[in-house]
Amino acid sequence: MTKALINWIDARFPLTSLWKEHLSEYYAPKNFNFWYYFGSLALMVLVIQIVSGIFLTMHYKPDAAQAFGSVEYIMRDVPGGWLIRYIHSTGASMFFVVVYLHMFRGLLYGSYRKPRELIWLFGVIIYLCMMAEAFFGYLLPWGQMSYWGAQVIVNLFGAVPIIGDDLALWIRGDYVVSDATLNRFFAFHVIAIPLALLALVVAHILALHEVGSNNPDGIEIKKKKDAAGRPLDGIPFHPYYTVKDLVGVVVFLAVFSFIVFFMPEVGGYFLEYNNFLPADPLKTPLHIAPVWYFTPYYAMLRAVPALLGTQFWGVLVMGGAVLIFFLLPWLDRSPVKSIRYKGPYFKIALTLFVISFLVLGWLGTQPTDFLGKLGGTDMAVILARLFTAVYFAFFLLMPWYTRIDKTKPEPERVTG
Amino acid sequence: MGEANVNNGKRRFLVVATSVAGGAAAVAVAVPFVASMFPSARAKAAGAPVEVDISKVEPGMMIRAEWRSKPVWIVHRTSDMLEGLKKVDSRVADPDSERPMQPAYAKNEYRSRKPEWLVLVGICTHLGCSPSDKLKAGPDSGLGEEWPGGFFCPCHGSKFDLAGRVFKDVPAPTNLEVPKYQFLTDTRLVIGEDGKGA
Repeated sequence: MTKALINWIDARFPLTSLWKEHLSEYYAPKNFNFWYYFGSLALMVLVIQIVSGIFLTMHYKPDAAQAFGSVEYIMRDVPGGWLIRYIHSTGASMFFVVVYLHMFRGLLYGSYRKPRELIWLFGVIIYLCMMAEAFFGYLLPWGQMSYWGAQVIVNLFGAVPIIGDDLALWIRGDYVVSDATLNRFFAFHVIAIPLALLALVVAHILALHEVGSNNPDGIEIKKKKDAAGRPLDGIPFHPYYTVKDLVGVVVFLAVFSFIVFFMPEVGGYFLEYNNFLPADPLKTPLHIAPVWYFTPYYAMLRAVPALLGTQFWGVLVMGGAVLIFFLLPWLDRSPVKSIRYKGPYFKIALTLFVISFLVLGWLGTQPTDFLGKLGGTDMAVILARLFTAVYFAFFLLMPWYTRIDKTKPEPERVTG
Repeated sequence: MGEANVNNGKRRFLVVATSVAGGAAAVAVAVPFVASMFPSARAKAAGAPVEVDISKVEPGMMIRAEWRSKPVWIVHRTSDMLEGLKKVDSRVADPDSERPMQPAYAKNEYRSRKPEWLVLVGICTHLGCSPSDKLKAGPDSGLGEEWPGGFFCPCHGSKFDLAGRVFKDVPAPTNLEVPKYQFLTDTRLVIGEDGKGA
């Protein structure tokens, strides 16, 4: 009966062949480790965000006069509304946690290297879309930090030479962040960017399944095949990795639930306290800070001084810090992919990069004067400049240090 | 029709011509969508520049205008007031207007286009109250002997001088904002426009 149904479908839609191609006969390297959980987790968080978002949309009002109240209404009066909203707000931060770890995995094992450049490029575009999605979504509760955060970010576009003012005007749809801005950000957040994200995720996975997954050894399992043409070091994604990923899902959801139920604000990092006050265009909060996942870039923005009467350089540095990820596949000139066989230079560079990303992230959450002054300049700004330089050096010096690095020979087969 | 009869040049020409025509149409269709995101007629009307007649403002006096729902102050400063500004330099937090709270043409010692005319958005940079004007120097202001004239915010005690510069050690972090403005004639001022776009 079931078989007959599947045959009927297969004659009309490639169900079985899709299943085989992407799951039961997609051969993934048998040596995946801890770091390989985060791809499937990212996909799951995307689904969580879409589902919780749909239900929030049923009660939320994208109207400057009603938005803040409608969020309070969801929190207090809608049955289970508080839970759905906390799932969505926690999901936003956890999406970035998972994706940052997923990107770090790529850096560890050279997953961006030939022939996986396009997977990496799609991934960076997904990251950009996530940033846009998070930024647009953050305005919607129409709290003080929503409002002033949007004000600061839109003004960044105003710093672009010549067209800046018109560009900022076009983004806001008004002379100040207003109802028009809220309405369009809602449109971008609930339909435009999610559609783009879904399409990009499909492209990301299709490109991955075309060339095959990388692994902690950074060698190509397709080079050693058995008589049937199956990679000797490959195992079918289903059931082996679907079951493995399920373990990751259980652990992840335990952490996720703990946050949702016991600490949804995470000390002001996931939900900023100032955002529990309604937006007031006449009252600027003393300290405007973005949510934690943007703070490394925010610290860079503040670190760059105005030069020639424009703040545009800071905007360039901040934009460059994100866009430079696009160049990674061509900056790494090492003969090996994985950190297991790379030399000390790369290991030091990657360590410094991670430290600078974390320190910048921490600096970005604080006011610039919180460490006092050194020679008339805020200490925190000096630190941010130093670590911005380290951040960029990781990329810009990579062609040099990866070439002269002392690498170890790659093994013929994966090492487990 | 056999392959031999295919006119490849003509085919390519038709494909390119169709693509160009279709591409041009797509760009043309994008125009109204892009345009729809600019401020609507209603937003434009609400945010339009405001014209102010300043012919009746005597030296030492101040009037208020409203622009984009915010109070805008226009102060006719006397030469005494202008000279007093230099003496306050050491007591204000940002004497040279380094922080971007004004258009480039107001980044000078008077924070204005014409020294005698001061134009400010009357919103305290601390928490958005509207400060009161205490233009007269000295104890009559209720702010002590040392008061050089300026603005005082009753909410949290922030003080600004007669160029809208914030005093040191008050809650407000920055100078008062100078809006875009220009003089149409000697007696007519327009706020929200400076000949460089809205």
